[in-house]
Formats: sequence, C-alpha cells, structure tokens
Amino acid sequence: MKALVYVGLKPGVLDPQGRTIARSLNDLGFAEVESALQGKVIELELSGNDIVAAEARVTSMCEKLLANTVIENYRIEMRAE
Amino acid sequence: MQTAVIRFPASNCDRDALVALEKVTGRKPLVIWHRETELPAGVGFVVLPGGFSYGDYLRSGAIASRSPIVQDIKAKSERGLAVAGFCNGFQVLTEAGMLPGALMRNKNLKFVCRPERLVVANANTRFTSKYEAKSEVVFPVAHHDGSYYADKETIGRVEKEGRVVFRYTDNPNGSVNDIAGIVNEGGNVFGMMPHPERAIDPLHGGTDGLGLFKSILETL
Repeated sequence: MKALVYVGLKPGVLDPQGRTIARSLNDLGFAEVESALQGKVIELELSGNDIVAAEARVTSMCEKLLANTVIENYRIEMRAE
Repeated sequence: MQTAVIRFPASNCDRDALVALEKVTGRKPLVIWHRETELPAGVGFVVLPGGFSYGDYLRSGAIASRSPIVQDIKAKSERGLAVAGFCNGFQVLTEAGMLPGALMRNKNLKFVCRPERLVVANANTRFTSKYEAKSEVVFPVAHHDGSYYADKETIGRVEKEGRVVFRYTDNPNGSVNDIAGIVNEGGNVFGMMPHPERAIDPLHGGTDGLGLFKSILETL
C-alpha cells in the first residue's frame, strides 16, 4: 500500500516562494491567481495491508520527522493499490 | 575545559569551530561523529557547526537533529550541558526542539553571504558576558534558510524573558524582530545564524567572535 503525505506551510507563515510563484503567474497573464502555496509531497511505499494501523504509523512519522509542526501542516492520503 | 564539535555529513564549519575552541581553551576539542550515541565523559561545551548537514534534505537541519548523538546532547542539555549551534547548527537546535521557532527560506529568496553587523541585545547571558550591553559586533553570515520565525506567543515569551541575544542591524533574511540569536530557558543552549567562529583571527577581518567563546567557556 501507499501513503501520500502532503506537507505545506501553516496559514499565516510567510511564504516568499509561494508569493513569487503567484507573481510570476500573474506576469504570464494569469491574473486570476491570487496566491500560491508551495509544499511538498512525500510518497511512501508501505508493507502490510492494515490501512488504519498504517495511517496511524504515518501520522507518527509526520510528527517525528516529515513535517516541522512549528511551521508546517500535513495531510495524509492512504491508497490500497 | 574539554570541548567537542559534532561532525555531520556535509558539515563545513566544523574546522572553523575546532580552531576557535582550541584558540580559546588551549586544548584540542574532540571531534564527534554523528553516529556516536554518547558524548564522552568530561565534555563541558559542545558546538554544532555550520554547513549543509545531509544536503539540507527534507528541511535544513532536520535529519541531523534526529541523529543518535543529538538525542544524547539534548538529554544532557536538559541537565545543564552548554551547547551552541551556529548557522546549520542553529537549524539543528530548532529542529531538535532544543530552541523554539524555526529557520525558514530567506525572505528575498537569496543566499546571503557577507559580514553582518549585529547588536548584542542581551549582554547578561552566559554567551555574551564579555560584550558591552548594546555594543555592535560583526560576524559573517552565509545562509539560505535563516529567516527566524516563531508564532506570536512564542516570540512574546522569548522577548519578555530576554532570550534574544543578538539582533541584526540591517536584517538580511526577514527574521522576526531582527532576531539573529537566542538562548533556551535555562540559558545553556544558544543558537545563531551568523558565524562567530569565523571572526576569531585578524585575517578573518575581525575578532569580534572571540568574546562569545570566552564568555561561555569562562562559566564552565
């Protein structure tokens, strides 16, 4: 099975990269872009087939390493595939 | 006094720290590899050096902060061990939860590398007692992820407790309140983005950094 972990900055934390991306899109004529948030996706291949237990383990991975919860939020998507 | 410098893969200011410590103590510091699980007995002061530990993968300092030796340093710091982290070392200390806040991408997105003027915001700490209050020093900076951030409540507490030790006079990275360096609640763990260990010899262009090493080593 697979876990997709999305990590991004918390709302209110200064994100100069996101701001630069939004401005660049505006410059390319995409005037509708009001803001951009840049984050990262971490794909984990996991052994086992208990999705509920696995998600709890991935949550612990996020808290211990994958996200810095001082500045970042995370979201986990589990896939049985 | 026996001192030690921790060496991570891709540390690059470890040698500068070794030279600085030997210059001030007259004794060769130990070099401790990051896979070690315990500091040797008798070490009274530890430096986490600058560099790009683990290639700054995931987040600057994140992987190094989970290494075995840092767990031991963290446990010993809670019992009073003196620890300083410069640049990447500061990032490691925040990632390890030994100092509050986080170091984020510089506000202007540029790598900044230049001599930086700082003001001693609190000369009444174990790391700054050799400086005059409100005096100015020049230390080099060289970083991409040096924008100090913490939530309002944390900043308020750190400010109120006088734990901001150095401030930038011309903020190079967007740090909240021009914060360049802070100490923990116990006053024994200190981190800053600028490099005092690169300002200890006239050939560096100045020796303002010596005061920091003399200050902390005198307290041990």
